[in-house]
Amino acid sequence: MNAIIVSALLGVVMMFSGIIVKNRSYHTVIAAGGLLLLLLANLLNSYGIWVIKVDTHNMFNFEQFGMYFNTIAIAATLIYVLLSGKAVEKIGSYSADYYALIFFVLCGVSILSAFNSLLILFLGIEILTIPLYILTGADKRNLKSNEASLKYFLMGCFSTGIMLMGVTLIYGGTGSFILGESKVPESALMPKTSFLEIAGMILLFVSMCFKVSAAPFHFWTPDVYDGAPGVFTSFMATIVKAAGFIAFVRLFDQHTELLGPSWKILLSFVIIATLLVGNITAVFQQSVKRMLAYSSIAQAGFMLFSLYGANDLAREGILLYSVAYSLATIGIFAVLIKMKDYTFEGFNGLAKTQPVLALSTAICLLSLAGIPLTAGFFAKYYMLASAVKAGGSLWLVVIAVLFAAVSVYYYFRVIQAMYFKDGEPETEEITGPFKLGLLVVAALVILVGIFPSLVLNWFYF
Amino acid sequence: MPIQYYIYLCLTLFSIGIIGVLTRRNAIIVFMCVELMLNAVNLLLVAFSKMHHATAAVGNTATTTGIEGQLFVFFIMVVAAAEVSVGLAIIVMMYRNTHSVDINFLNRLKN
Repeated sequence: MNAIIVSALLGVVMMFSGIIVKNRSYHTVIAAGGLLLLLLANLLNSYGIWVIKVDTHNMFNFEQFGMYFNTIAIAATLIYVLLSGKAVEKIGSYSADYYALIFFVLCGVSILSAFNSLLILFLGIEILTIPLYILTGADKRNLKSNEASLKYFLMGCFSTGIMLMGVTLIYGGTGSFILGESKVPESALMPKTSFLEIAGMILLFVSMCFKVSAAPFHFWTPDVYDGAPGVFTSFMATIVKAAGFIAFVRLFDQHTELLGPSWKILLSFVIIATLLVGNITAVFQQSVKRMLAYSSIAQAGFMLFSLYGANDLAREGILLYSVAYSLATIGIFAVLIKMKDYTFEGFNGLAKTQPVLALSTAICLLSLAGIPLTAGFFAKYYMLASAVKAGGSLWLVVIAVLFAAVSVYYYFRVIQAMYFKDGEPETEEITGPFKLGLLVVAALVILVGIFPSLVLNWFYF
Repeated sequence: MPIQYYIYLCLTLFSIGIIGVLTRRNAIIVFMCVELMLNAVNLLLVAFSKMHHATAAVGNTATTTGIEGQLFVFFIMVVAAAEVSVGLAIIVMMYRNTHSVDINFLNRLKN
């Protein structure tokens, strides 16, 4: 609750600070301060201290899992703002408004991590995505940014329409928006689950696949991630995507038995399609930014295993995955937006001119590929272990491991370009604090990779 | 009127909306089709709300069952209005740069 209220208020504060404070670099400082405040408020909440206690009539369920995810999301945003704040200021003359929108997105994130009613799910998704349409089109003069924004907007509205139809059909079947509650009296004529509810669940599943860009509903992702300004792609691909998965997991944790065995078949089809499309298409990309967009689809395929497993291991795994994936992707994008040329050739010889950048990028890429001693390894391990524990799906795990091996190819292409090719990469000015921040991110990636319990024990206090 | 009639009507409207989104090439018309989808949902929500109310009201006239369906409609209207304001701004921004609202234009990111 604290996170929802404080982030919404901070969004308003940011908008006013855009009018009062003219110096743009102060906006970043204010945003970072606000994020610290938000982090504090959320931590207090998880220790049982509430800013305001509201009776939500069971529409919210503030459990430890959701609050811990909030902590991860806010901390990741803080790292993101500290690393890429300068780039946000450069996009346009409205940097305070961009930060305000980021705070509103965080409000949506904290709603999604706590919803218990389909109404709140709908509101959370909308509060999350509407600011993103604006952020995607933030670069107003750039046609690619315009196009990405319009495409994201139309696809987002379309999937919202499908989601609402699903919610309505579930309401028709159960008479309630609360998850897992049914007000319709059971009788001999009416079976416990009506076909309306099942049809609604499938429509909800489709629309959530749209939101987290799982194949075959992924087609908007590469264009939008490619066209949006690099800084905001970094935000969209990490924190927003992880929040989408948290909502997905919370939504489909308990009610999958309604769909019976066909649920696992449906889900394994989506997982295989997502891994296939993401990994195979990423191999053929020329631009690193576009490769990362496809790799985010491939990573979504791994995150879907948390739905497949649907046990404690899966819940721990999705938190660990959010940490590992967010840290690594934020690190890589921070370097990418400093480059003048986004193609693989643009990275040629980076290790000679900027050894610190090259080293931290390499560590983040290794983490995305899931090499041991980096955070990505244990994240993938927990995901696959949860599927093995759920039983009966060893073949799916084998396929996932094979695709992880494919992913090593395109991640290593960047490392190869940086270390083993000669060239004169053009970068923007690199400052000392930026290098330090990158090293901290890389160190965190390795630290979580060696001691994943650091993240997970905190979950249980 | 039986609830089936409402369901058929709403699903027809919803399908018209989906087909419009997938086939039309003008951004504004695509947008109108999305609104049609949302309004089909609104109508269905109200119909279901009435249905649940009528089922629960047998022998108990003071029941408030089904009220949340009507409330949801208001939320959808508000959110749709917010979406319209952002969406039209995006379409205007694109029109300023390209002097067209044709979706076929949206293919230069492919390469």
